[in-house]
Amino acid sequence: MTANVWRRSIVGLAIMLAPGFSVAQNKPPKAADFMYAELAKVPKKAAARTNPFESDAEAPIAGAKLYGQHCGVCHGENAEGGKKGPSLRVSEVQQATPGTLFWLLTNGVVRKGMPVWSKLPDAQRWQLVTYIKSLGTGS
Amino acid sequence: MVTYDHYLEEPGSLEVEYFSTFGTQRGGNDFHSYWAEFEYGATAWWTTELYLDGQSTFNDSTIFTGFRWENRIRLLKGEHIVNPVLYAEYEQINEADKIIKEVEGHDVEADHAVPNAESRRGHNHEIELKLLLSSTHNGWNFAINPLAVKSLTGGDPWEFGYAVGTSRSLALKASANKCNFCRENFIAGIEMYGGLGDRYSFGLNETSHYLAPVIAWNLPSSWTLRLSPGFGLNDNSHQFLLRWGISREFSGFGATMARLLGGH
Repeated sequence: MTANVWRRSIVGLAIMLAPGFSVAQNKPPKAADFMYAELAKVPKKAAARTNPFESDAEAPIAGAKLYGQHCGVCHGENAEGGKKGPSLRVSEVQQATPGTLFWLLTNGVVRKGMPVWSKLPDAQRWQLVTYIKSLGTGS
Repeated sequence: MVTYDHYLEEPGSLEVEYFSTFGTQRGGNDFHSYWAEFEYGATAWWTTELYLDGQSTFNDSTIFTGFRWENRIRLLKGEHIVNPVLYAEYEQINEADKIIKEVEGHDVEADHAVPNAESRRGHNHEIELKLLLSSTHNGWNFAINPLAVKSLTGGDPWEFGYAVGTSRSLALKASANKCNFCRENFIAGIEMYGGLGDRYSFGLNETSHYLAPVIAWNLPSSWTLRLSPGFGLNDNSHQFLLRWGISREFSGFGATMARLLGGH
């Protein structure tokens, strides 16, 4: 009976992983344009929010640390874009208001692969915004 | 540890976890139960997990008790005041299973006093449904998980249960230096969970309930440690449950596997 349960467990693992790989991997993010379009959909009130960490000298450093832990795997180590996430060094992102980026981090673009990041406290999301805005459009 | 919030695994990431529960047992032998968990972020709105369960009962035996396949699906895009996530799990376990991942129906301590040789003969095929309702405000997360369980084999009625919890990071702002012991790496919380009877006898009669503080330590190296001492709240509950777990997240696991399998 135990062998039977093991066999079923292995079948269960295969069933679990098979759809996951296909769903997560068969969508190369040509969707960058869609992602940038999301910036324009942010509510005006949210977009107008100011970054309380804008003049905090440590915020970009802390933001870089958070970026490495949570964002780099999709958007690339240097935020130049990866297989799954668009570049954050483009003018669409760099010219967006801090409030816009904060809103997008908070709400994600769930149907297009960008998770909700509200599990990071507000302060850490603002630190991330400070870092992203500090990158500029250069490589 | 028992209560779920609305946050899912990042798409393409795999979290591998070992989780353990030590429980005291009146009228029988204390036990140590454990599971291995493989949690994969299939998309930003769907996380799927496989659990392999086992247990060792002191002065008795060590046995594999079955598997569970769990899925969590985010119902709304974006962040809301209350965020609903649908949880659906298929379980194929035997009655010796003691991981107490949730408490349902009329689950009581005495159920676990049966010797392994006898209890492992009974098998459960169950579907478990939960509605995970979770809200984050000012760094605090509040979550409530009502649950319903139906056996697919016997004529057992729908059974019900609940879990509620709150948690918060010890620091809301990240420090500039890379560190293991920064306060922002620690999350503390408390949760309560228990059974609510079944379709024919809904309520608190002959049910068990637990209260448990929880602490989690997220290391920058993608390892997480969790610890939770739980205390039974009535005579039907185990007096003490000590849970702990260690997990490692593999970001980009899906992309790596796709490459290995000759994909992109």
